[in-house]
Amino acid sequence: MKALWLELKEKRTSYLFVAPFLAVFAVFVVIPILVAVGLSFTYFNMIEPPRWVGWSNYLALFLEDDVFLIAVKNTLLFAAITGPLSYALCFVFAWLINELKPKIRAVLTLLFYAPSISANAFMIWTVLFSGDAYGYINGVLLYWGLIDKPVQWLVDPNWMMPIVIVVVLWMSLGVSFLTFIAGLQGIDPIYYEAGAIDGIRNRWQELWYITLPMMKHHLMFGAIISITNSFAAADQIQALTGTAPTDWATWTIVQHINDYGYVRYEMGYASAMAVLLFITMVLVQRLVQRLLRRLG
Amino acid sequence: MRLRISHRRLARSTGGDVVILIFLGLGAIYMALPMFYTICQAFKPLNELFIFPPQFLPRHPTLSNFSDLFLLMAQSWVPVTRYLFNSLFIVGAGSAGNVILGSLAAYALAKHDFKGRGLINNLILFSLMFAGSVLVIPRYLIISYLGWINTYAALVIPAWGTTLGVFLMRNFITHMIHDSLLEAARIDGASEWYIHWRIVMPIVKPAWLTLIILNFQQLWGDQGAMFIYSEELKPLPYALGQIIGGGVGRAGVAAAVSVILMAVPVTVFVINQAKIVQTMGTSGITGE
Repeated sequence: MKALWLELKEKRTSYLFVAPFLAVFAVFVVIPILVAVGLSFTYFNMIEPPRWVGWSNYLALFLEDDVFLIAVKNTLLFAAITGPLSYALCFVFAWLINELKPKIRAVLTLLFYAPSISANAFMIWTVLFSGDAYGYINGVLLYWGLIDKPVQWLVDPNWMMPIVIVVVLWMSLGVSFLTFIAGLQGIDPIYYEAGAIDGIRNRWQELWYITLPMMKHHLMFGAIISITNSFAAADQIQALTGTAPTDWATWTIVQHINDYGYVRYEMGYASAMAVLLFITMVLVQRLVQRLLRRLG
Repeated sequence: MRLRISHRRLARSTGGDVVILIFLGLGAIYMALPMFYTICQAFKPLNELFIFPPQFLPRHPTLSNFSDLFLLMAQSWVPVTRYLFNSLFIVGAGSAGNVILGSLAAYALAKHDFKGRGLINNLILFSLMFAGSVLVIPRYLIISYLGWINTYAALVIPAWGTTLGVFLMRNFITHMIHDSLLEAARIDGASEWYIHWRIVMPIVKPAWLTLIILNFQQLWGDQGAMFIYSEELKPLPYALGQIIGGGVGRAGVAAAVSVILMAVPVTVFVINQAKIVQTMGTSGITGE
């Protein structure tokens, strides 16, 4: 105890520097996690005080809530597709852009990055995939005679998920993409020259033996961001396919959480879902980090 | 075909160049076409928005969607400048707080040696591993417990605790600032406070510009619908969203709104692109 006090006193500048940030971080990140875990064992509607219900929220999720199970399936499917794909797109495009002249590189970086920062620009996809003949895609397909009546892209469960994936991928070249661009620019060209002398014959060998190992830390950071985003998509999906999609075909866990939290005020139940999603995310992250560490 | 910059014309085949150009071209079309189409929509008169077959380019480009938007906004009983002020205030106060608190913490975490440093660094890295969306409900409860519902604080103060920026900044300080520089300053009698603001911060300017931009992007698009219900406190995207909500007849206006909303963050990014890329260069995760 005394040693701790001495440490605090001796390093007080350091602690004072960290303290304000840490306080806000604690209130809005650490405490919410604990609150969510606590509430997940209660029934809480924001009017009456929380009532302890043990594991029944968790049991109800798996035994009584069919929509939740659909949401779990959709979320995992969605994350398993968009996570790796968006990660790969971020890297491949960054890698290809990096080969170009600086001016073109800056323009293409902006072009690829812009959708991820453009607030609600993704709403244009609802016009493109609109279910009537005025929708651009329907219009073109009808005009060319490829279909004879408009396809209900955002209402037909066969099409909803693929379209949502296309749109989310479109806006997913964000922080990871910039990280890779920057990481690639940071590799000293001397390594490539040395590689060429040592017998590297083509760009694939160069990529595998030089670029990827040099980028390892950026790749790990990018993976974290891509995975987090792939599990969190909700608002864009809801904007595309609505608050009650056909057959719940694009309903994800985050949407289900928001539905129970903000619409039905079942905070305990919503918290139980949040806790499960949180655990899943962290486990997936750990697994992927372990895999990536093994590379190179 | 001169695809490469001079020192990197090693180990390249023309066939590969062609395949790559095609792939890049397709990617660029996929990314750019919807953005371009959004802009086209904003300049189409209403009758061109609903013709069959749909036209890509506006035949008679018009600014009427924008003037309609301004008319609609002029009719709302809260002046549009107030919404704009709300947005700018939320973005400004949120970023400023995140930069001030975050940079102090990042400096100490990068260059000071104290008990708990490793733990805090790990916590920050850990916090990047899950989305904020799993915390929305407890956060909402905490904010309402603090009595911040329907105040700017509900949107501004949580932004101060955003960890991505601190993570980037700490890495940047670790890489960019040599210990000997700090030692020299200490020998000259500079306080840590002075060192932070007068030596560290000027050197890591790209990092905190990046921080401001990340915050900008995060907060600019945030409608704050959960926390704000007074009309005079709503941010711009919220107000614009209400206007678009007016139905099919507002499709052109909606496109104009999208264009305005995307123009702001894109412009901010363009101005700071080089600095941001420099910061992201140090974003890697080192084995700690």
